[in-house]
Amino acid sequence: MTVKAILLDARELDRALTRIAHEIVESNKGAENLALVGVHTRGVPIAERLADRIASFESLRPPVGKLDITLYRDDLTEIALQPVVKKTEVAFDVSGMRLVLCDDVLYTGRTARAALDALVDMGRPAAIQYAVLVDRGHRELPIRADYVGKNVPTRRDEVVKVRLEEIDGEDGVVLGVRGEAPT
Amino acid sequence: MSERFRRLLDFSGMDVDRILAILATTDVMAQVLQRPVKRVPALQGFTVATLFFEDSTRTRLSFERAARAQSADVMAFARGGTSLSKGESLRDTVATLDALQVDAYVVRHPAAGAAHQVASWTDAAVINAGDGRRAHPTQALLDAYAYREATGRPFEETRLTIVGDVAHSRVARSDAELWQRLGAEVVLCGPPTLLPPDLAALPGVRLETRLEPALDGAHAVMALRLQHERMDTGRIHSTAAYAERYQLTEARLAGAHPDAVVLHPGPMNRDVEIEGALADGPRSLITRQVAAGVPVRMAVLYHLLVGKGSR
Repeated sequence: MTVKAILLDARELDRALTRIAHEIVESNKGAENLALVGVHTRGVPIAERLADRIASFESLRPPVGKLDITLYRDDLTEIALQPVVKKTEVAFDVSGMRLVLCDDVLYTGRTARAALDALVDMGRPAAIQYAVLVDRGHRELPIRADYVGKNVPTRRDEVVKVRLEEIDGEDGVVLGVRGEAPT
Repeated sequence: MSERFRRLLDFSGMDVDRILAILATTDVMAQVLQRPVKRVPALQGFTVATLFFEDSTRTRLSFERAARAQSADVMAFARGGTSLSKGESLRDTVATLDALQVDAYVVRHPAAGAAHQVASWTDAAVINAGDGRRAHPTQALLDAYAYREATGRPFEETRLTIVGDVAHSRVARSDAELWQRLGAEVVLCGPPTLLPPDLAALPGVRLETRLEPALDGAHAVMALRLQHERMDTGRIHSTAAYAERYQLTEARLAGAHPDAVVLHPGPMNRDVEIEGALADGPRSLITRQVAAGVPVRMAVLYHLLVGKGSR
């Protein structure tokens, strides 16, 4: 991948998450009955960070769950490489909770669709909202995010790469082009 | 591990990474089975056919449940009253089911090699659910999974002792192969007439005709079902004589590791190969073994079917 542009640097990424945390609390009128669920892999640290920020200005830290959507994917007969199924770790009862599904990039909407199916199989949440760091467009399903760090118009042959300290050793979001030789 | 995994017939040629991947997926499947909705859509649109030419309840039911828990369709084919010779009828059955677009066959047959035969006739995925005395790989996987879940002990630090009619047991054969592949030491114990010398050729496998040295230091002890037809063929004198020398009892486990656990593939002859109190006691993993059947088979179906070119 060749990097074409830096979409968010570390400080901008930090501010975007802080703003989303405030928006979540505002729109849910506090952190009561609220829980965050991160989609494996990069949705998980995003959910943790949002929970930390909410805890810093509310009196409680919402519980955080980890969701693996592999068993709910709609392309399991098409993908060449068999995906490794990871554990879902949602230690609280989702029934009656206001859940915020967290992920790094919103693209076709297929991951969100799978995640919604996985969540409703765990119980009956009062509401499910959706927070993403980057919305890059090109939806294939009627899905939208409630909280967006940055909207970025992209081409399909471009790649949006989110890097997070917890996984990648640094924070930032870059736009790149697949397979091109470095210029 | 890169080539497409389409057949689980035995463990020959299977690398440890693949075995560990199946056990890891089993963890996730076990989690699915604890939710209120015990079903995921992963294998939606796939058809799994169970071909059982030999009586079985738990294996067939747990395969069917494993397929349905991933939203696959199930076609159950049980042995009918056909007068065709076994080979021909099996081949015709497979041809018929292939025409009905089966994606995976689960085969149980009294003849060793039957699942291999099926695999040579079809492009669909094939799972050996027991062929004669040869292999029963999903039983071995669930034994290993139940053991790991219960004890957490690494296989490299484990000694497994299998006691009974090892020669006629596909379970013993598959377990010995799997556990030694995972790094465990395996001891096979039974009367000399019921011990197959060829298994001792596997690295890390030892044969014992006396129970006491076989149990010494064992972390896992498996009793095999004593099949009554063995007495007719004169390989053992009587059930009582067998039990006297080889029945697993709490007292006889004195020389085993203090935390040793006991397994039995079922169905068991209480107070013949295993003391009833031991089977029901705290060392027993028998209920866990049965419970592990469904998630292990879910994982195997997932690994065989998911990915491009499986339909």
